[in-house]
Amino acid sequence: MSDERTGTGEDRPDGVQPVGMQRKGLFGAVDSGDTSGFGGLVQATPLGAEIASTPEPLGGYFDEVVGALRELLGEDVARAVVVDRGELTIHIAPDRTEAVCRTMRDDESLRFELCNSVSGVDYPDQRNRLHIAYHLTSMTYRRRVRLETAVGLDHPVVRSVTSVYPTADWQEREAYDMFGVVFEGHPHLTRILMPDDWEGHPQRKDYPLGGIDIEYKGAHIPPPDERRSYK
Amino acid sequence: MTTTEHGADAYAAERDTTEGRVYTVTGGDWDELVASVDPVSEERLIVNLGPQHPSTHGVLRLVCELEGETVRSVRPIVGYLHTGIEKNMEYRTWVQGTTFVTRADYLAPIFNETAYCLAVEKLLDVEVPRRANVIRVIMMELNRISSHLVALATTGMELGALSMMIYGFRDREKILDIFEAVCGLRMNMAYVRPGGVAQDLPADGVRMIREFVEYMPKGLDDYEGLLTGNAIWQERTQGVGYLDVSGCLALGVTGPVLRSAGLPWDLRKTMPYCGYEEYDFEVPTHNGADAWARYLVRLEEIRQSLRIIEQGLEKLEPGPVMVEDKKIAWPAQLALGGDGMGNSLNHIRHIMSQSMEALIHHFKLVTEGFRVPAGQVYTAIEAPRGELGIHAVSDGGTRPFRVHLREPSFVNLQAIPALAEGGLLADVIAGGASLDPVMGGCDR
Repeated sequence: MSDERTGTGEDRPDGVQPVGMQRKGLFGAVDSGDTSGFGGLVQATPLGAEIASTPEPLGGYFDEVVGALRELLGEDVARAVVVDRGELTIHIAPDRTEAVCRTMRDDESLRFELCNSVSGVDYPDQRNRLHIAYHLTSMTYRRRVRLETAVGLDHPVVRSVTSVYPTADWQEREAYDMFGVVFEGHPHLTRILMPDDWEGHPQRKDYPLGGIDIEYKGAHIPPPDERRSYK
Repeated sequence: MTTTEHGADAYAAERDTTEGRVYTVTGGDWDELVASVDPVSEERLIVNLGPQHPSTHGVLRLVCELEGETVRSVRPIVGYLHTGIEKNMEYRTWVQGTTFVTRADYLAPIFNETAYCLAVEKLLDVEVPRRANVIRVIMMELNRISSHLVALATTGMELGALSMMIYGFRDREKILDIFEAVCGLRMNMAYVRPGGVAQDLPADGVRMIREFVEYMPKGLDDYEGLLTGNAIWQERTQGVGYLDVSGCLALGVTGPVLRSAGLPWDLRKTMPYCGYEEYDFEVPTHNGADAWARYLVRLEEIRQSLRIIEQGLEKLEPGPVMVEDKKIAWPAQLALGGDGMGNSLNHIRHIMSQSMEALIHHFKLVTEGFRVPAGQVYTAIEAPRGELGIHAVSDGGTRPFRVHLREPSFVNLQAIPALAEGGLLADVIAGGASLDPVMGGCDR
């Protein structure tokens, strides 16, 4: 599975991490002979490149939000700004989440009162592989924005936003439980969905799904994560 | 059986531990317990409710610290129903994903499916046909009614109004019958699929829905007659479980609980999806911010849902219920045969004896699935319990790279301490029930 992914941008100095991977062959099958003749084909997915900021103007309210944030917290607050499918993603540093969220909530031109969701994503081939995404909603202006930050396994520490959005409490605990991201400043960072004495962080990509193979009339059907896969 | 290897009786009425004396109470032996507790030296009592307590709304566990009848602190503990839905989806195709999300919040399966399919459709950048959108709206509103009926029924049961439980489940059954007629299943239907819905309404589907819409207002009047004027019901709910707008926003609480505090925030109005902007309906609010207000808001929401369903039936025009793109649409065509619902015989004849390409196409789509362009999206809809959000990430493959459910039950349950601390123990149950949590959704 992961042998056909190749990360890029290992040596980027600014910490901006690419998202995505490359795929070899036409059909994505890795465990059988490729008779299609396309085995040497290497496809980069659109996310295979490094995160490139969308050129400004971003359109809609996006310029206003990014502009206000830059004005209040400095030009370097956004490591990258991406507009994709009508959604704005602002990539920020893991130690500035709290400050950015506080500004997003309190500033009159921003007013993101509600933190809808905190979730993690694991991109196993990146140096900063654990991404945390905060989805914020401004009820005043009816806007949505996604803040995203990324940390590596060597120092998986993100500043907790519970002091700004108390609703992040359980959701950060879930992200810790599932991805092993430590939220600095969280009042009681413990597991929430898995048992207290569980080992490992199940939503990481290198954590197996588990399961046992099934025997049916002499044939063995392997568990889902060991079956032939098409990607 | 009742003694452990160490000789201590784990099921004894009382035993000493390092944390203090532990009493095991199962059933009607409270008098014994009360007699054995020293009221002077043991002022604070820690009572563990659940995870298998009938009044905790599923496998929710509440650890309450009591001082007499007063609750000093509540600690909700969740996770007993964690089934790894999000992890499992990463090993299945995008279409199979619907069969997993539908099992999260099992009282609102259509909402889980629709939110997920909206995310996949946004990633794919496809538009579903109008008829599919109208059917989704009708099914969602039917589902909202059935979910609110369960909320009324279980709240009634937990507060001692057992008749409400019987009536609520009786009327919910009528909606489940409609679901069964439409897609063959009463719950966990996987009816909404990326690109549309699995199949069109059956011949008598519209008639069944119309009959229900005519029947339901009478039922609502009965409930109001049963509960609204009932002095015990008022006593148990008014001023109980208070949470104002600022508390709701800080804790991320949405849905009927937020609207019962006075903020008319309903994603169907504020950020419309599935064509909700075409429907004429009100967003009921109340300014009580207590369990009573939530009861009234849910009742009124059922009436508004009936209005939406009526309008939806008017908007139903003949047309496809799945996108035209054969690279996305599920290839099989369902039809009712002599032995029940199954693959249409015409389709099987076509792929098995007429077109090799059609067979290959069918096989590839079913085993491998379609590819979804890389990227990430967040879609949110107004589920019966609040905002249900889906954060879906694709790496360009045939399987979800990551799907996260922003479950309203999970987020709303954080509010239990804010609702219940400082009140009476009995009000913990009323306050918790007014949040209407579903643990299948909370723990996923």
